[in-house]
Amino acid sequence: MAVHPITLRVNGREYSGQAEARKTLADFIREDCGLTGTHLGCEHGVCGACTILMDGEAVRSCLLFAVQAEGADLKTVEGLADGDRLHPIQQAYWDHHALQCGFCTPGFLMTTVAFLRDNPRPTEREIREGLAGNLCRCTGYQNIVEAVAAAAEALASGAIAQAAAPHGVVPRAAVPAPLPPARAAAAVDGIVRRARRRRKAVAVKKTSKRQRKRSR
Amino acid sequence: MKPAPFQYLCPRSVDEAVDQLARHGDDAKVLAGGQSLVPLMNMRLARPRVIIDINRIDALGYLHDDHGVLHVGALTRQRAAERSPLVAARCPLLRDALRLVGHVQIRTRGTIGGSLAHADPAAELTAIFAALDGEITARSARGTRVIAAPDLFVSYLTTSLDPRELLVEVRIPALPPDAGWSWMEIARRHGDFALAGVGVVLAGRRGVIAEARIGLVGVGPTPVRAARAERMLNGQAPSEALWAEAADAVRAAVTPDGDIHASAEYRKHVSGVLAQRALREAYSRARMAA
Repeated sequence: MAVHPITLRVNGREYSGQAEARKTLADFIREDCGLTGTHLGCEHGVCGACTILMDGEAVRSCLLFAVQAEGADLKTVEGLADGDRLHPIQQAYWDHHALQCGFCTPGFLMTTVAFLRDNPRPTEREIREGLAGNLCRCTGYQNIVEAVAAAAEALASGAIAQAAAPHGVVPRAAVPAPLPPARAAAAVDGIVRRARRRRKAVAVKKTSKRQRKRSR
Repeated sequence: MKPAPFQYLCPRSVDEAVDQLARHGDDAKVLAGGQSLVPLMNMRLARPRVIIDINRIDALGYLHDDHGVLHVGALTRQRAAERSPLVAARCPLLRDALRLVGHVQIRTRGTIGGSLAHADPAAELTAIFAALDGEITARSARGTRVIAAPDLFVSYLTTSLDPRELLVEVRIPALPPDAGWSWMEIARRHGDFALAGVGVVLAGRRGVIAEARIGLVGVGPTPVRAARAERMLNGQAPSEALWAEAADAVRAAVTPDGDIHASAEYRKHVSGVLAQRALREAYSRARMAA
């Protein structure tokens, strides 16, 4: 079977490769772009784990052929964080314990990015409907719903920065809600330490801003 | 869970697509949104030799209104129609039903034309198309053909479209300006296929129903138009007793199959219950006093 040349952008970077027409976009992203954050659960459009943004819209990458995405602008979970700095939505998932095994999380995150862009102040019911296309077998969803609600608030506080950025890209000014103290104290691994350091840095910045204002 | 190999064609115009369909006919499948076709291919329940991907035919994506009829390019995404102010103004029934088509990640790709051509009898669009007397335009190398709603659906996943024809436009009459409408369905989870669903439109004057439309999904091999129930409603003054009577006529009009999700009896029963609720809601939205 013929092989098709494919060039597309993922998270702002250009990737080129070749694929048979039958190769799904999800497989191309994982195998050819080497971005394995996008997960495949059911491979027939039910579980939502492979959700990515294509030209800004949330789509199931297992139901697209890579050749269809020629020239497209994609965003995957790898494009959310800014280095060590988690995207406010990622931070909210973390803070609210919205993942256990984490397999479904990339899909949930990308769904949430598009959902909160289209509906920045959702009700709980709207959140549940917005997430209905993603399955999670661990959490029972409650914490995910809470995380999305918290993320909406965090993003709203950085709304001006978000409006300027395409597809809900990390608004640097958005300050996520602090970790509940009990959970923060219990968490010890490196990523948590980084998150704590980041929060401290943000807090310091905030205080110094306030001080500057006062001194004026 | 990987599709079998196929030849991939990507026409840029309707003419080119129609030529390719003429050449490959029965071996080819048209790929629109792919939200039904690709799962079937991934599971190898479908193994088309040729895929004709119409997603780059820009001329097939549009939505406009002409003399009270919505003209929808076959490739218009369901999500675009759902969010269109024109659809909200002229056919809110369509907007309400679209919100329940799969999930948002399905609707960003899924198309209006693809849903009708796929003809899943649980697909919301098929009932609305049938209830509102829609029509489609199909193109082939031989020319253009208009197919009206009653002639389109043949059976499960089967339409009267020829394998060499391409559905290019869907036309759905707008609701009368004072009409009330309602879409009701029962599904196990939000976004699942409906076990049964019903769309209702009610219009009238001086407190009397002049025009009732009732279309159902999930209760037979094709969408069902409850014509006898509609006739029963026309010319009557709205009342709870009338809704109950119409619901009985709706039950009599459907012959659902039972499956793992719901028995035939349940589907029959619930189609009446939904029709009654939908009539009540449609009436509450109708402006029939004048």
